[in-house]
Amino acid sequence: MPRRSAFTHKGEIVVRGGRLVDETGERRSDVLVRDGRIVAVEEVIDAPTGATVLDAGGCVVAPGLVDLHAHLREPGGEIAETVESGSRAAALGGYTAVVAMPNTEPAIDSAAVARDVLSLGRTALAEIAVAGAITLGRRGERLVPMAELAELGVRLFTDDGRGVQHGGLMRRALEYASGLGVVLAQHCEDEQIAAGGQMNEGAWSSRLGIAGQPSLAEEAMLARDLALVRLTGAPMHFLHLSTAGAIEMIRRAKADGLAVTAEVTPHHLSLCDAAVAGFDPVYKVNPPLRTAADVAAIRAGLLNGVVDAIATDHAPHAPERKEDPFDEAPAGMLGLETALAVAHTALCVGPGEGGSDEAGDGWVPSSTGAVMSLRDLLGLLSWQPARIAGLDQDGGGGWAHQGGQGGPIRSGAAANLTVFDPTAEWVVDPSRQASRSRNTPYAGRRLTGKVRHTVFAGEAMVIDGEAQR
Amino acid sequence: MIAPGMTTSTGTPPRPTDQVSDTTGAIGVAQVTSPRATAAEEDFFVDHRVPAVRHLLSIADLGRDGILEIMRLSDAFAEVSERPIPKVPALRGRTVATVFMEPSTRTRLSFETAAKRLSADVMTFTAATSAAVKGESLRDTVETIDAMGIDAMVIRHHSSGAPLRVTNWVGASVINAGDGTHEHPTQALLDCFTIREALTARHDGEVPADLKGLRIAVVGDIKHSRVARSNVLAFSALGAQVVLVAPPTLMPASLQGWPVTATGDLDGVLGELDVIYLLRIQSERLGEVLLPSLDEYHWRYGLTRARADALDKDALVMHPGPMIRGVEISPEVADLPASLVTRQVRNGVIVRMAVLFHLLGSGAM
Repeated sequence: MPRRSAFTHKGEIVVRGGRLVDETGERRSDVLVRDGRIVAVEEVIDAPTGATVLDAGGCVVAPGLVDLHAHLREPGGEIAETVESGSRAAALGGYTAVVAMPNTEPAIDSAAVARDVLSLGRTALAEIAVAGAITLGRRGERLVPMAELAELGVRLFTDDGRGVQHGGLMRRALEYASGLGVVLAQHCEDEQIAAGGQMNEGAWSSRLGIAGQPSLAEEAMLARDLALVRLTGAPMHFLHLSTAGAIEMIRRAKADGLAVTAEVTPHHLSLCDAAVAGFDPVYKVNPPLRTAADVAAIRAGLLNGVVDAIATDHAPHAPERKEDPFDEAPAGMLGLETALAVAHTALCVGPGEGGSDEAGDGWVPSSTGAVMSLRDLLGLLSWQPARIAGLDQDGGGGWAHQGGQGGPIRSGAAANLTVFDPTAEWVVDPSRQASRSRNTPYAGRRLTGKVRHTVFAGEAMVIDGEAQR
Repeated sequence: MIAPGMTTSTGTPPRPTDQVSDTTGAIGVAQVTSPRATAAEEDFFVDHRVPAVRHLLSIADLGRDGILEIMRLSDAFAEVSERPIPKVPALRGRTVATVFMEPSTRTRLSFETAAKRLSADVMTFTAATSAAVKGESLRDTVETIDAMGIDAMVIRHHSSGAPLRVTNWVGASVINAGDGTHEHPTQALLDCFTIREALTARHDGEVPADLKGLRIAVVGDIKHSRVARSNVLAFSALGAQVVLVAPPTLMPASLQGWPVTATGDLDGVLGELDVIYLLRIQSERLGEVLLPSLDEYHWRYGLTRARADALDKDALVMHPGPMIRGVEISPEVADLPASLVTRQVRNGVIVRMAVLFHLLGSGAM
């Protein structure tokens, strides 16, 4: 099957004056891109006639970011987002690849729907991979045709939005998946224990009179699944972990040698449940914002390598739905356009400058002196998730994948690059976001670090912070 | 660490132009803040406060001083209620809309009667007969009503926080008439007034300044009770010691920051109570496996004749209604002189007059 060569950008780009950061290290270099590929990485490159020159002075040039977890809402939810608008948001956030979650209407539970979304992705501003559902219609009853979807290049399977409640079925899914080269990913939430809770169960839910779901709802399913991984030997990825207990369970599982990976979201590493005090559903998300102690544990898990990836859980919802009362409004937050800046501000900027809770959004200020290196941060946002999604293999991902994501930045590699200014400060303005929706929890918040340019498949999708199409 | 104290208002994001008045800043209930609260915590909450004078969303919006002001006004309106024509022109020309998205005839009638006795015009909106059943959003509903030119909107809603959200969309003063399992501030105010009144009768006609020193038990489904949340704030702001009594399944998951003690043993505290405040038990709680049966609840927590006899002879019995005889209270106890239940209903009108006047009134009565 041909790659997206029909869409691969013809022409030359020089990324000039930046500091290259990838898995292999850091160095001062210019990058020359031609016909979708990196063709030269040298200290100084003279721009060929007609080449687009992207100024990277003062910036970090990194492999394009890879999001393991975005809800692009198409098909079925186009009022909130489309593959195109979501990919534009992704490009503005520095992403060159996004895994689209399968909780669409209909769900991505057949080759037909998967092909549909993948073909929408062929004209998008970033590579669109899809995750398949684990069960038909995400109803938790029967398995999807996993092998057929795997043949299309689907690498991740999840019923995200819901966890697979039936432990016996989950065991069979893991057994069946073994040998297909795929990874099952879980939204850990025991629905019986969560009992319809609308926010984290604790001091705030008790005070506000909002039904709470305890951390245990997440940890109980995680414990079950870790036991199933032990039993079946099948690898698993855990989506949007949000509790201190869950991070500790992953640490132990990895110490025991289990084949598990874990992601956390930008919001769970920055905001706590105090944000709900004003009953604004923009702070409603599932799993819910937890306590400041959970946020601290997540940051520690990122710093010490227990957590493998930061994934957005970008979940657009139409503005009028987010004006419903808290318990009736849908859960979810935008993430693609702010993820890098939020994570950078929370993890890489020292205490005192890493944000405060003044805006009433529940931002948990940095309390320790531990600061993450930019390279570690980019690993969490680029090459590590690329590997989990199987998007690191250049052109090797089958029908679905262009691949070549996550670097390293070297001659011959696919030209997927993010140029990021780590010192630029900006204020999040929902009305300026490219997403069709406006439900960012960071409205009005000042963040440190901004994406300047994004190059995807050799095309400059974002120049000076502006989407080019 | 950020934690929610019971002394806090649960307000909108800060608006720099809002004046933080003395009433708000020196909010009386701060005196009963949990000792865990830090200075930073208090600042965090101040930023969330809604100006006390415009809306009544939570008892925390009033604080001790605000509650006492409502008590003072209520004393005056109690006198008005005794007149042959219990009506004053205080709010003539003002319009009060009652917006009830959840059925509650008694609270709605109480507010509407209060508004009429202040000579305000009254507009009634109930969900069952309105556009809400056709799928209109809350925002569209309240903006439409607000556009008719009203001064106050009294809102009852099945969702916690809905009245607070409405303050972002309307120009009228918003009064919370009960939101989900969050708060029911006018119920707490009328309860405070009713207790003061009962104490007055016992103190040779002298009105006590507050509820200092009283031991008040709130018994029942604390977890799901907006009445309990408002009453905990109000009783403790006025100096009472509050003990919450419920089985663990009906207690909030966390009482961090609540100025209360808690127990599952009603019989253990009965003898030391000045007031026993019973909450309604809803049969839905059985389906949620929070209780084995209503009979068992009655056996452990119902105010039976035997328990009524174990109370101090001067102890007061209260209930916000509607009362389920045979569950939280035995039929014969409900009609004892110690029961203030009908008094609470009468005082509801008086206190709601005071609240409306406090928020809307400007001239003399």
